[in-house]
Amino acid sequence: MSAPAILPGELDRGAERAILHRQLERTWATPAGFWGALTTVDHKTIGLRYIVTAFGFLALGGVLALAMRWQLARPESRVLSADLYNQAFTVHGANMMFLFAVPVMEAMAVYLVPLMIGTRNIAFPRLNAFSYWIYLFGGILLWAAFALQIGPDVGWFAYVPLSGPQYSSGKRADIWAQMITFTEIAALAIAVEIVVTVFKQRAPGMSLDRIPLFVWGALVTSFLVMLAMPAIMIASTSLILDRLVGTHFFNPTEGGDVLLWQHLFWFFGHPEVYIIFLPATGMVSSMLPTFARRPVFGYLPLVLSIVAIGILSFGLWVHHMFTTGLPRLGESFFTASSMAIAVPAGVQIFCWLATLWDGRPVWRTPLLFIAAFIVTFVLGGLTGVMVASVPLDLQVHDTYFVVAHFHYVLIGGAVFPLLGAIYYWYPKMTGRMLSERLGRWVVGLIFVGFHLTFFPMHFLGLQGMPRRVYTYQPEMGWGAANLFVSLSSILLAAGFALFFLDVIRSARRGPVAGDNPWDASTLEWATTSPPPPYNFARIPVVTSANPLWSEREALPVVTGLRVDRREIVISSVSDATPQARESSPRDSIWPLVTAVAASVMLIASIFTPWAVVWGAIPVAAALIGWFWPKGLPEDEA
Amino acid sequence: MRAGRRLAIGVGLGLGLGGCSGSQSALDAHGAQASALRDLMGLFTVVCGTVWLLVLLALAVAVWRRRASGREPAEPGATSERRLGIVVGVAVALTVLTITGLTFASYRTTRGLTGIADEGVTIRLRGYQWWWEATYQDQAPERVFRTANELRIPVGRPVRVELAGVDVIHSFWVPSLAGKQDIIPGRQNEITLKAERPGIYRGQCAEFCGLQHAHMAFLVIAELPENYEAWRSAQLRAAEPPADPEAARGRDVFLAKSCKACHAIRGTPAGGVLGPDLTHVASRETIAAGLLPTTRGSLAAWVADPQTVKPGSKMPLVPLDADELRAVSAYLASLK
Amino acid sequence: MRERVAIDLAHLPLHGRSTASPTWWGTLAFMLLEGSGFALAIAVYLYLLSNAPEWPIGAPAPDLGPGIALTALLLASLVPNHLVARWAAKDDIRRTRIGLLVMCALGVAPCILRIFEFRALNVSWDDNAYGSILWLLLGLHTTHLLTDLGDTIVLTALMFTRHGRNRRRFGDVEDNAVYWDFVVLAWLPIFACIYGVPRL
Repeated sequence: MSAPAILPGELDRGAERAILHRQLERTWATPAGFWGALTTVDHKTIGLRYIVTAFGFLALGGVLALAMRWQLARPESRVLSADLYNQAFTVHGANMMFLFAVPVMEAMAVYLVPLMIGTRNIAFPRLNAFSYWIYLFGGILLWAAFALQIGPDVGWFAYVPLSGPQYSSGKRADIWAQMITFTEIAALAIAVEIVVTVFKQRAPGMSLDRIPLFVWGALVTSFLVMLAMPAIMIASTSLILDRLVGTHFFNPTEGGDVLLWQHLFWFFGHPEVYIIFLPATGMVSSMLPTFARRPVFGYLPLVLSIVAIGILSFGLWVHHMFTTGLPRLGESFFTASSMAIAVPAGVQIFCWLATLWDGRPVWRTPLLFIAAFIVTFVLGGLTGVMVASVPLDLQVHDTYFVVAHFHYVLIGGAVFPLLGAIYYWYPKMTGRMLSERLGRWVVGLIFVGFHLTFFPMHFLGLQGMPRRVYTYQPEMGWGAANLFVSLSSILLAAGFALFFLDVIRSARRGPVAGDNPWDASTLEWATTSPPPPYNFARIPVVTSANPLWSEREALPVVTGLRVDRREIVISSVSDATPQARESSPRDSIWPLVTAVAASVMLIASIFTPWAVVWGAIPVAAALIGWFWPKGLPEDEA
Repeated sequence: MRAGRRLAIGVGLGLGLGGCSGSQSALDAHGAQASALRDLMGLFTVVCGTVWLLVLLALAVAVWRRRASGREPAEPGATSERRLGIVVGVAVALTVLTITGLTFASYRTTRGLTGIADEGVTIRLRGYQWWWEATYQDQAPERVFRTANELRIPVGRPVRVELAGVDVIHSFWVPSLAGKQDIIPGRQNEITLKAERPGIYRGQCAEFCGLQHAHMAFLVIAELPENYEAWRSAQLRAAEPPADPEAARGRDVFLAKSCKACHAIRGTPAGGVLGPDLTHVASRETIAAGLLPTTRGSLAAWVADPQTVKPGSKMPLVPLDADELRAVSAYLASLK
Repeated sequence: MRERVAIDLAHLPLHGRSTASPTWWGTLAFMLLEGSGFALAIAVYLYLLSNAPEWPIGAPAPDLGPGIALTALLLASLVPNHLVARWAAKDDIRRTRIGLLVMCALGVAPCILRIFEFRALNVSWDDNAYGSILWLLLGLHTTHLLTDLGDTIVLTALMFTRHGRNRRRFGDVEDNAVYWDFVVLAWLPIFACIYGVPRL
């Protein structure tokens, strides 16, 4: 059948679905090929790209971790030199936080949020494309520097004065600071997109109390990003200025202050943990009902917990500074606030347990990951209660106890749900299922490998082993435990290797999934797997918090949208009443051009401040190209 | 149950390690502060461990009790929702109580820590990349002296350690005696140590401070007060002139080469302040910040090639021929 | 999955304005994150001040002249700014064009005054931490002046082309006016810090 002509301004008048699909395909599809790949603004393509890139960085960071474990397996080992080890742990930490954990959570939101709330693309799709490119270039900057042996060696926290002009020569610390700028720009862009998408693009009828919990997690996270990340940008900019043009922000002999860095860093750094963790809890809350076969217990308490954790996360930063000699009374306040966050975290755990208790659990890989998450994260949270106590922190701070604690929280609390989420949403993203048999092996290997690797570190820390040491002396008696940990890490790595194998293999060979393989209740399962470029041929109308379960017969949808331009529905913030039919931008090369121009400017500014002045000109030119109207139907109003 | 078995392995491993823990362990407490912290740690571990086991139990029962009893999603009944609501509410209330109790216990311990009066010995401790300089303070200027990488303290008396930052941030930590305290440029911190019994307690820099952060250790040697006073008097004396000719030649080499630019030996013209004071270097247990035991051989090895022993160390390689090296090491080993 | 048509949205406008416009919300979101940046920069200023034995450090307080002139100019610019927004809301192309030209001029003038303001600080960025934070605060705000000026100039040019007569463009003009309000209002606490605090 030849493609039907599309008239200017033509509306969807409830025509046959086959015709509608072909019309929408013409309007929304990105052309195949190289040019299409560079210009696409489809949130699914960009989200997938983001996810794949982030997992690539996870693998690289994991290799570094294994190298460090090889070095630490024996006392006074010389596998890595002190310099290489210091670069390795700095790049490992910076990579895992800035290039893997935060981006992958944002990327999952980029992919899933528009589908879960029933819209056709994310808000500001070109900004989204720009975000990916700038993230990619920032990641390449860090890893290229490491490959050239000029990687940062000052820790992922880059404390001054060690990272300052006097004690860190060369460009290593600048590369760290500028990598921060890249990744923060990328993250801030996504945060803005997610907030506007969730506020304004929800399907008609999806009032606040019907928003899927993953979307709530992504929304609150986006606010955390917007409020916390400027702190690290101010910090890293000040550091570059201290190093490049001789300002004195952190120089105590000229009125500056060393602890100012730590305040700024942790004002960002603690919310950062929740920026990673909140989307993960959202994933758990969104996956759990599918496998418990009942709606989640305590929707409202869960939403309130997410919001409460978001707010409290700004009151905790000083608990990273208990050993710096701040006044004890102030520190006690931060003990109380740090412990208080255990309450909303507890509420979430109890609600999940209640959901499982009253449900009829179906043991599939995602649920196994959720169980592994609860076991591991609760332990990490409880050691978090320990480090929140000022006196206990005086002993365990900067030791392997803390290394154990935050790997429990970050891997147990965020990566386990993430892996579960990959098993859960992979069919939606690729149209094929991952292997259930391999999946069980993956959960088993990662869970056992993880605990064998990280649990003994609690004891190493209590026995006096500090963090960030490239070696230790034989007489310390840490050799046996370290060897055990290093051997166990092979098991953990094997689990991840198997996961990657499954993901790569199943992309071609996995069983075909169908639209809704798990019989789940949220909107992303209402469309095909993978979804078409326009996500939904007709935007759904939402009548409950679990639309696909309550509308078993037929999904209510809207008509009347134009098919000759990329059109989406704008709805009101609280009850999602439709307000307008808005256009969504077409593909464009300008986001990539802008990202290249901005990258050149940022990298050159490591070497000369004038790069900011001259580099701004191409950036401005690219932005004009980006926003100048092209007279397309999308421009009509 | 996999989780339970893992816990058993973990605890067993911990006990096994705990048995052979050396002098640098928060679990092996010999100081007033460290003991209080160990007790608090015990309380937290018991409470948190119990909470964890209860959650595991609830999880295990929740997933086993009605596994695979149907696939069609169920709309929850009002009664069961209300019952679950009550249980969750009680659990949250218990969480609040537990957290409050732990916060209170933590606060009480903190107050106990700050209550130790400062009297007696005061030491000013500076952290450098990558060694420690201790200056014993006294009212009388002639009773002030410098030493490095080793603190001697009297048992049973509080010792005030003033922590002064010079280059980058370091952190002073002797886990068997007390928690850690950072040494921050531009800020004054202090910590009080009080050893309960004689012994050698190892400490280590706990804040990443650059290339050789891993090799920035020190010893705290707690002695009976009379031994401590004897040591202090000995430290105040200038270095004895070398008795045997080889050591005497070693002194001449030391003074002729660039050693004296950084190191001081009281009683000789060497008065450098950039490196450790070597007046009584052989009286100290270790050299190079806890890296090597003080023997003539290790002194020779360290002088011969510091960059291999401790790569990146600020101690440069001073070219010496074999005879000079032998003489210098003999001299240094004689500085008791 | 099977569908049933529940509502027809053909009657909705092709473009939303104000709270029905994603761009408006996007502008608000950017204001939030940039406002958070300004707040933190001011926090750094107050933090350094609280640590310093004297403030300002080693320099007389900044001269008031250029700062007051610039503040007065920025506040005065709010009037035409709101007029432009109102004309744009009425889709009045002629007045909007004139208003935007005025706003371009009112964007250039503070940038010129800003040069004198940097000179009136009486301290250089590399003298001490006080100088550093002063230059950072002023620099941060200058970046916002410049970016919004660039935005206004491009938008003005756009309104004089065939793309100008478009409700979408009028919406852009309104959003740009909102952002200018933010740039002006964000200046006031910074002004108070730079010029007021050293005189307390």
